[in-house]
Amino acid sequence: MELQEIIKSLSLKVENPSVDLNIEVKGAYVSDMLSDVIGNSKEGFLWITIQVHLNIIAVASLKNLSGIILVNGRVPAEDTLKKAIEEKVPIMTTPLPAFDLVGMLYSLGLRCR
Amino acid sequence: MSSSEGVFFLTGKDFKNAGAASSNLKGILEGMCIPPAIIRRVAIASFEAEMNVIIYAVAGMIKYNITPERITIRVQDMGPGIPDIALAMKEGYSTAPDYIREMGFGSGMGLPNIKKNADVLTLNSLAGEGTTVEFTINLSPAE
Repeated sequence: MELQEIIKSLSLKVENPSVDLNIEVKGAYVSDMLSDVIGNSKEGFLWITIQVHLNIIAVASLKNLSGIILVNGRVPAEDTLKKAIEEKVPIMTTPLPAFDLVGMLYSLGLRCR
Repeated sequence: MSSSEGVFFLTGKDFKNAGAASSNLKGILEGMCIPPAIIRRVAIASFEAEMNVIIYAVAGMIKYNITPERITIRVQDMGPGIPDIALAMKEGYSTAPDYIREMGFGSGMGLPNIKKNADVLTLNSLAGEGTTVEFTINLSPAE
């Protein structure tokens, strides 16, 4: 599924719209523990989290994730956003809690495999 | 494929630059045309080892050695040491303080993630002195 399509369907706000959003999303993973994401996410996955600090970009870039969605109205820290632009990692935000957002992603057809 | 070696220095609690060494290493490997699947394993193991130094130690370094046969990474730190290595290898066990856990570290998956991605892992630690993590990822499938 195209990232653009997901952004539109779920009314996500893109925090760094300058990065290329024509990305294929292959699945999704939700966790706030970084090593859990490193161990269990796969290339092309979207990552849903409440973590907003700089190190999330390193994890996304390490695993070649298709983007990060920050839930519960959280916004990326300033240095996080700067790094996200540098590393070309799309960061999206939503006021929804993780449970609701993940439910919607699931009904769009995304899976964790 | 050529050979290469080098070293990165790490400063404890420097979360701003945390992950930079592993990211640079990934770039070096990409420049050497090493298969992406191998690069991913090296980068994951190296990142976890790097984060352990940032989280627990005062300082440390990552030494890498790349030959046509294998990639060897040695991460050495001046830290508190690991009193019980078997326990530290157990998934879910962590001694990270609360503020570290709030950042999403300290899930007790760092060392298990290194083990999962390495072909050989050796861990030496002396309480009060520091820890050395060395892992190897083979490049030639014949081995």
